[in-house]
Amino acid sequence: MEHLIHLSNPIILRKSLEAVIQLAEQYKKEKGRIPVLMEVCGSHTMAFAKTGIKTRLKDHVRLIAGPGCPVCVTDQKSIDTMIELSRDTNRILCTFGDMVRVPGSKFSLMEAKTEGKDIRVVYSPLDSIKIAEENPEKEVIFLGIGFETTIPILVATIQEAEKKGLTNYTIWMTTKLVEPILRTLLNGKEINIDGFLLPGHVSVVTGKNSFDFLVKEYGISGVITGFEPVELLRAIYKLLQQLLSGKIEIINDYKYMVKNDGNIVAKKLMEKYLDYHDEAWRGIGVIQNSGFILKPEYAIFDAKKKFHVSVEEPRKTKCRCGEIIQGVITPEECILFSRGCTPLFPIGPCMVSTEGTCAAHYQYMKEG
Amino acid sequence: MVQRISLTHGEGGELTHRLIKDVFIKSFGNLQHTQLDAAIIKLNASKLAVTTDCYVVKPLFFPGGDIGKLAITGTVNDLAVSGATPQAITAGFILEEGFPLRQLKLIVKSMAEEAKKAGVSIIAGDTKVVEKGSVDGLFINTTGIGFIKETHQLYPENISVGDMVIVSGTVGDHGIAIVSAREELGLMTDVQSDCASLNHLLQELLEKVDGIRVMRDPTRGGVSTSLVELCEELHCTIELEDSSIPIRQEVEGACDILGFDPLYLANEGKVLLIVDKNQIDCVLDILQNHELGKDAKVIGQITECQKEEGKVLLKTPIGSTRRLFRLSGLLLPRIC
Repeated sequence: MEHLIHLSNPIILRKSLEAVIQLAEQYKKEKGRIPVLMEVCGSHTMAFAKTGIKTRLKDHVRLIAGPGCPVCVTDQKSIDTMIELSRDTNRILCTFGDMVRVPGSKFSLMEAKTEGKDIRVVYSPLDSIKIAEENPEKEVIFLGIGFETTIPILVATIQEAEKKGLTNYTIWMTTKLVEPILRTLLNGKEINIDGFLLPGHVSVVTGKNSFDFLVKEYGISGVITGFEPVELLRAIYKLLQQLLSGKIEIINDYKYMVKNDGNIVAKKLMEKYLDYHDEAWRGIGVIQNSGFILKPEYAIFDAKKKFHVSVEEPRKTKCRCGEIIQGVITPEECILFSRGCTPLFPIGPCMVSTEGTCAAHYQYMKEG
Repeated sequence: MVQRISLTHGEGGELTHRLIKDVFIKSFGNLQHTQLDAAIIKLNASKLAVTTDCYVVKPLFFPGGDIGKLAITGTVNDLAVSGATPQAITAGFILEEGFPLRQLKLIVKSMAEEAKKAGVSIIAGDTKVVEKGSVDGLFINTTGIGFIKETHQLYPENISVGDMVIVSGTVGDHGIAIVSAREELGLMTDVQSDCASLNHLLQELLEKVDGIRVMRDPTRGGVSTSLVELCEELHCTIELEDSSIPIRQEVEGACDILGFDPLYLANEGKVLLIVDKNQIDCVLDILQNHELGKDAKVIGQITECQKEEGKVLLKTPIGSTRRLFRLSGLLLPRIC
C-alpha cells in the first residue's frame, strides 16, 4: 500500500511532470516538433484525462488514444446482433455494464430491459454460470467482448460450464487482440506514432515478449506501464529518453505485475478452447486473425452456432468512433461530440464506455 | 404467530389493526395522534420547512444501517441543511406480500431509534401491501416537517469570492457500503455507510456561527453533482482542491477496482457548507469536535460570483484544472 500511495503523491507528481516537460522540450528542439505517443489502453486514456496529465502536457507531448476500449472497437453490426438476441423471451443476456447502454441501430439493451427483457449486468463473467444454474429452463448467453485481459475469464466460464455439465450456457464471442490492431495501425500509416505506451493489464496476460514485434518489425519503442499518475508520467519519461537516445526496445515498467512470458496458465486455457478468428473492428473492417472463436469441439457453448440471428446492415450515422479509436481524429473533431452525442444520450460507443475516448474527453477535458 | 406479511395485512381490517398496534405504535409511540385521521401539531414558528423522500435502497440491510434508519436520516438531513429544526415525520410503507415480519420489526425499530436520536417524532403513517413481485420487499416514504428559527436563516445570496467550501467528512462511504453489501459484485470491504442525522450538529453551527451561506447534503450524485447544482443556482464558480478532499483508502481502492469516481458516490451523513472565510476556524472547530464532523476539511473556495453560468472546477494533484459536471447516466441504481 505504501508503494501505491507514493504513486499519487502530489509532490512526486509535479516533479515527474516537470521532468517530462523538460525532456519533451529537448525533443522539440532536436526534432523540430513535439513527440507523438499512443496510449493503447482505454484505462490509460481515462487516467490521462482524469488526472489532468493530458491537458497539462498538450503543448509538449501529443498523446493519442488508441484502440484499447473493448466496447468502442466492436463494430455496429456485432452490437446490433447482440441486441437482437434479446428479442427472444426465453433468454437471459448477461454482459458488462457498458454494453447495456451502447446504442444499436434500432435500440439498446437498456431499452430492451425496460420492455421486460431479462438482461443482467455482471461484474464477473463467472456470475453468469450461477445464473445458468439457477435458471435451467432458460438460455443464458454471455455477450463476450474484451481484449486479452478479459478473454481468459470468458474461457474460464466455458471450463466451468463444461465441468458442471451445463447445456443452457453459451458465449457470444466478439473478442479482440492487441497485436493485430497495432500492426494494422502501423501498416496503415494514417498516423505517425513515435512510441507506444503499452497496456498494463493486457501485458499481464500476454507478457512483455508479446510486444517484441514492434521493435523487430517496425523499429518502434514501447513502455509497458501501470495506471497510477506517477507510473504514467514515468512511462512517458522513459519513452522520451528512448526516442532521444535512438535506442529501440520494449521496457517493462510494470514489473510487479507483468512477466516476460505473461500468464502461462491463462494462455494455456485460451489455447485449449479457442482458435484464431477474423474479427470486424469498428470503422476499420475485418482484420485477419484479430480475435478468437471457440474450437469446434466446444460448439455447444458457442452462441453463434446455437442461435441464428440476422440483422440488417447498420444505418450510417455521422459518428466517427472508427477514426477516433485509430487516433486519426480527436473527439472534438467529430461534429456530434457534446452536441448530438453525450454520455446521457450517446450515439457512438466511445461516448458510452467508461474507457471510451469520447467519454474521457467529455467528462474530464470539456471546458464549456 | 404470523411470520410473513400477507395481503390481508393491507385490507384495513383486524390484521391491519394488529400490524399497526404491534409493530408501528409499539416502536413509534405517539398514541395521542392515533385518535384522529390526521396528526395535529402545534406551530411555534412563522416558517415551516417540508420535505418528502422515498426509500428503495437495495439491499434493505447494509453495513452501518438499514432502509429504516436511512428513511429517517435522509429526511432529517434534508430539513437540517435547509436550516430547519426537524420536528415530526410521517412514514408510508409499501410492503410486498410475503415480507418477513421479523425484518419489518427490525426496520421499524431502527427507524424509532434514529428518530429518537434525532429528536423527531413519527406522527402519522400508512401501510399498503401489494402482491408478490409488485415491489421488492419494502419501500418507505417519509415526509418531514421542521421549523425555522429567525436566527437560523441561511442567506445564500451573500455568497462572495473567497468564501470557503467545507465537507464534514470522508466522501463516498455510503456508495461503497451499498456496493459491498450487494454481494453480486464480489467486493468485500469494511466500509460502513455514513448514514446519520446531522441536525444536532448543524443546529449547533447555526446557533454559534453567522457566516454560513448555504448547506447541502451530497446524497445521490455525490459531492460533484451537489456542488454543480449549487453553483448553477447561485451563479458562482467553485474551485476544489482534489488532494484536500477526504476519502477513505478503502473507498478509493474500491473505486479503482469498480471504475467509480468517489466524487459521484452517494453520502448519507455528510454536509457541504459554504462559509464566510472569516468564520472558517470557528466552523471547523465545531465540526471537528463532533463525532459526525471529525474529518471535516476545507476542500475549496468560491473564486467567482455573479457569473451567468456557474461551474465547479477541480484542481488535480499535478496542478491542472478540469471542470466537473453532473453525474450522467447510471452509476448505482437504488442507492437510497
